[in-house]
Amino acid sequence: MDVLHLSRLQFAVSTYFHFLFVPLTLGLSILVAVMETIYVRRGDEEYKRMTKFWGKLFLINFAIGVVTGITLEFQFGTNWSRYSAFVGDIFGSLLAIEATATFFLESTFIAVWVFGWERLSKRAHLTAIWLVAIASNMSAFWIIVANAWMQSPVGYVIRNGRAELTDFMAVITQRFAILEFLHTVGGAYILAGFFVLGISSWHLLRRQNVSFFSKSFRVAAAFTLIFSIFELLQGHMNAEILGTKQPAKLAAMESQWETQNGASINLIQWPDAANERNSIQTLSIPKMLSLLAHYNPDAEVKGLKAYPRDQRPPVLVSFLSFRIMVGLVFVFIALSGWAWLKHSAPEKQSFLLRLLVWTIPLPYLACELGWTLAEVGRQPWIVYRIMRTSDAVSPIATSQVAISVAAFIVVYTLLGVVDFYLLFKYARRGPADMPAPAGGR
Amino acid sequence: MLETIWFVLWGVLWTVYFVLDGFDLGLGTLMPFLAKTDDERRIIFNAQGPFWDGNEVWLLTAGGATFAAFPRTYATMFSALYTPLMLLLFALILRGIAIEFRSKEDATWWRTTWDTCMIVGSFLPALLLGVAFANIFQGLPLDADGIMHGNLLTLLNPYGLLGGLLFVLLFLVHGGLWLAIKGDEVMRPRGARAARILWLPLLLVAVVFLIATAFATDLYSNLLRWPLLWVFPILAVLGLLGSRFFMAKQSYWKAWGASAATIAGATAFGVAGLYPRLLPSRLDPAFSLTAFNSASSTLTLKIMLGVALFFVPVVLIYQFWVYRTFAQPLRLEDLERPEAY
Repeated sequence: MDVLHLSRLQFAVSTYFHFLFVPLTLGLSILVAVMETIYVRRGDEEYKRMTKFWGKLFLINFAIGVVTGITLEFQFGTNWSRYSAFVGDIFGSLLAIEATATFFLESTFIAVWVFGWERLSKRAHLTAIWLVAIASNMSAFWIIVANAWMQSPVGYVIRNGRAELTDFMAVITQRFAILEFLHTVGGAYILAGFFVLGISSWHLLRRQNVSFFSKSFRVAAAFTLIFSIFELLQGHMNAEILGTKQPAKLAAMESQWETQNGASINLIQWPDAANERNSIQTLSIPKMLSLLAHYNPDAEVKGLKAYPRDQRPPVLVSFLSFRIMVGLVFVFIALSGWAWLKHSAPEKQSFLLRLLVWTIPLPYLACELGWTLAEVGRQPWIVYRIMRTSDAVSPIATSQVAISVAAFIVVYTLLGVVDFYLLFKYARRGPADMPAPAGGR
Repeated sequence: MLETIWFVLWGVLWTVYFVLDGFDLGLGTLMPFLAKTDDERRIIFNAQGPFWDGNEVWLLTAGGATFAAFPRTYATMFSALYTPLMLLLFALILRGIAIEFRSKEDATWWRTTWDTCMIVGSFLPALLLGVAFANIFQGLPLDADGIMHGNLLTLLNPYGLLGGLLFVLLFLVHGGLWLAIKGDEVMRPRGARAARILWLPLLLVAVVFLIATAFATDLYSNLLRWPLLWVFPILAVLGLLGSRFFMAKQSYWKAWGASAATIAGATAFGVAGLYPRLLPSRLDPAFSLTAFNSASSTLTLKIMLGVALFFVPVVLIYQFWVYRTFAQPLRLEDLERPEAY
């Protein structure tokens, strides 16, 4: 492999890995903040214990999210220096704002929250976790705005051999960015919701700390259902905007080869990229794709053949990641809806509880597939229609990158194993082993 | 003008990073020499407990500001220094995880492994940052396209290594003094003693470095042109003498402040000497990347200046509040708290 492919592999490995931890941070920070808010308002000590238990899992997860984020920022310079020089004016600024405005807040106040239980007033302590929750989510906003600019570049002009900013507000308020942000945090909240539901279910199945975990279950059930439904509706808007902004990605994820008026959706199909067709294609819903993409059953949908081969994204990967992601959202709605219906006495629903335990990994899969579609579907471009990925890579020695890729794979695999081991350990231990809430610390 | 302001800000961000994370890195490097028992090691971890994460963000911000304000410098610096940078990143990853994970299992092998990560993850960044900056001071072998002609060994030249040694010693003294403030009864005197012992070698290396700088680099030429800039090396020297003075009086907060002034003065001296270059080329001065030929557009520089002028002071204020809130020395009992590392 050359520097380009090694660098792509390295970026993929480090991004996938980073995003195993980020969504839980985004969602669980809010859930923990909600629990502590209930504790401060009602004075119910059980909510304090919940805050601490879920907070502990939050911290184990948070640490890896933070340190693996740093590598991503620096990799733009190390492996994608031509890209960095070309887009730094815009993309670099967004990353710098993220660090200055939000990452500082998050990293500083997480420590205040961890170490401040006795040193701060209840309200000041509650403020700390809300600052962490808001800052992490705002952090996601800036990162997504930066990514959205790669997907749909706006507010710039090509001058002095690079993209220069002309309209900052256009960059941070473009519809594409707002939709992508909502979609990303929506997915993160679903993931955090099922995380809490799943671990609560595990304990409820064993009749351990029933009151504690029923309350956790209740807090998470409504939250998860709301965002699962939200994600479906919002996801539709995300797909629809591709029709105008990235039609090649839309064509690839639907495996639509011909440009058609009144294009249909095939419930079952399988792309055959070599022969530019679908080898299987059945159970069609006529005109559905045109309707969904353009709100007009007879509208034209661009097919992949409208693009030269070297401007098409990989079809099979785009198609599969999209299909599976959408399928999973329906599973999430069904399961969270069921959980919500039974939230008054979840401990009696042993089948549901067992299902929920096994659901924990599915939102992780959905989130990673979403990023796969976003990034692979944008290829061969690094900045859509402006810069090719192959023109973006650093002029560096292959051996250097080969060693660092190997190091990333080894170190990250070990860290992942250790982190999930600790999450399991502390999740299974439950709150019982934790010191008694009042004065026993 | 805007470029010059950003150049100054760039220097300020690095300075704050070294002053703040310097003591964390020093503490970790000192650990094998000062802490034998498990409790003693945990004091080292917890002495940086509420601070290290916020401190490290200054590195991210310095990197981000380089990306935003001087994209070509960011692109060239990070790709030219690929291997040292990757080593730095892995060291910081393992270090951060070590803090969070170390005390979550009781097994000796588990704790020893993470302790090793802490030690290596502290020493290596201190050394690498020193080596990298010393090499930047004397110029990198960069051609017209910003491609570096050399490898990791090119950087390990005598002046580069001297810079690495200087950084390590600066951070060791800084970390020792922090332990003298924040440690428990047992560890406070050990931190103070380490700082006292290491002070003399630091003084010697600092003097050698200042002399070698006159031969290996042209940092002094800016100082000769603008004599006001002499305040920075003078600040560094006064800080160094002051830290020893306050150590003798056992006023460790003041000694730590003086040590912070040494680090700040030394960094500012280097940055002032570089101006307007961010990344000088040793092959031909014309290939150097400067605040002018690598800057972002005026619009971006203006927007980012607004962001920096608002947020950097805000961050400093709330981080100062955090330091004040958690300033008390640790007690051995603190290790029994559920949140202790």
